[in-house]
Amino acid sequence: MVAEAQGATLGQLRVWIDSFHTLVAEQKAYLTELDSAIGDADHGINMSRGMNAVAAKLDVSSPSTIGELFKTVGMTLVSTVGGASGPLYGTFFLRIGTSAGDVEELDGSGLGTALQAALDGVLARGKAQVGDKTMIDALTSAVEAFRGAVQGGSSIADAASQAQDAAERGRDSTTPLTARKGRASYLGERSIGHLDPGAVSTALLFTALAKALA
Amino acid sequence: MKKLINSPDDVVADALVGIAAAHPQLRVDHEHRIVYRGDTPRQNKVGLVSGGGSGHEPLHGGFVGAGMLDAACAGEVFTSPTPDQMQEATKVVDGGAGVLHIIKNYTGDVMNFEMAAEMAAEESGVTVETVVTNDDVAVQDSLYTAGRRGVGITVFVEKIAGAAAEQGMDLATVAALARRVNESGRSMGVALTSCTVPAAGKPTFELPEDEMEIGVGIHGEPGRHRVPLASASEIAQQLVEPILADLDFTGDTIVMLNGMGGSPLLELYLMYGEVKNLLDRAGVTVARSLVGNYITSLEMAGCSVTLLRADDELLTLWDAPVNTPGLRWGV
Repeated sequence: MVAEAQGATLGQLRVWIDSFHTLVAEQKAYLTELDSAIGDADHGINMSRGMNAVAAKLDVSSPSTIGELFKTVGMTLVSTVGGASGPLYGTFFLRIGTSAGDVEELDGSGLGTALQAALDGVLARGKAQVGDKTMIDALTSAVEAFRGAVQGGSSIADAASQAQDAAERGRDSTTPLTARKGRASYLGERSIGHLDPGAVSTALLFTALAKALA
Repeated sequence: MKKLINSPDDVVADALVGIAAAHPQLRVDHEHRIVYRGDTPRQNKVGLVSGGGSGHEPLHGGFVGAGMLDAACAGEVFTSPTPDQMQEATKVVDGGAGVLHIIKNYTGDVMNFEMAAEMAAEESGVTVETVVTNDDVAVQDSLYTAGRRGVGITVFVEKIAGAAAEQGMDLATVAALARRVNESGRSMGVALTSCTVPAAGKPTFELPEDEMEIGVGIHGEPGRHRVPLASASEIAQQLVEPILADLDFTGDTIVMLNGMGGSPLLELYLMYGEVKNLLDRAGVTVARSLVGNYITSLEMAGCSVTLLRADDELLTLWDAPVNTPGLRWGV
């Protein structure tokens, strides 16, 4: 019981960001290649530029609360990524920061609430729905799985692991879909058969979370 | 890739240095990558801010000046600028009468400008109105896509809203005029060759020597269909017909024959002759015309046609003096 009651600490959430940075750097070429098939061939380049800037910023600023950590991450992405990914990922982290506030630890339910706020923010910003072949397909599954697992009594580590699996299922579900949002939508049916690059980077985000909370 | 550049990463920054050097009447903020009109902010004049990915020059930086934009934010090539750039531009140009954001309808541009407007309202209390241009008839099924792309009409919106703001009209009036221009205009483009984004180093798409892309976007996005290369008169038909099928253009019309960046003026004038001929036959009255490179796609060969249905009010604002690097008359 004691172990299960533990939450996510500021340190662990910082590791989340660092792992996401590493994964994005490793997958930069792959993300860009996916984007060249149905977008404008810059997703890996833009995300990597943004996460490099985040890492540089965190090295000098050392946020002391979870709210401050995610506000820094979100604002840095917003001001360095551009395109659609900047506002979407920026909004995601800014909303987590606002929801968490000035604390140094979040329990499973608190992190679930923050992730839901982040999902709601991305939905409002991008106006996409599940099935439009976007990051929302991976993000919605992941957040639902995380919150469901916490409510069902899973530890925060198990919940994050289930969220990772769900994000990957959501990611894979984008292949047969026709894109209805973003630049890929101009291709219409020609977008069928390709993974959505944003859903792929979102799955990486939850791989990183599962690692950080394991 | 053969380009007049120092390094692919520095293209935008280096070009801004050149813009500042060539046009001392403008002010360039190199840190935020913003081109300002030299005398901004002007008290009680509505401020006009636009911006977008670079690679479409003279749009937008070349349309900064008296009678047009107060500021233009430059993004990376074909990538939207960021909200902090737009927010900075909004704060700087506000002369107390509010600011109009002119945005081409692309997912990234719309979201970044939306965040900028929220930030500007929260942090500096500037009133911001927004017009999103979406005139590209090549995108047919707007319900299931990101919607029609903003292309040529953006030049008309910036000119006409700019003239209205210069004459002292208030923010609501300028914004309404800008929206009316967008709603009264339609465009269609064609690519004969691809463009090459410097950071990518290779052509955005493959287009065989004997084919063309009808309905191409200004970033090399696919159009309606890829067809065998045809004569100028046939291409003109393939551009003009979908426009006339989409909106009624009987009455006074302003026509722009725009080059995509890689076609010589000789060909653009030749194409304009073909387009004018078709419009005459369709009963469209060409009241004003503009031929040249105004909204480009790097070195893409090809052109686009934009028609704007214009009443006396729009024609008067079109004719009003303008003094920018890209458009200049009446001064």
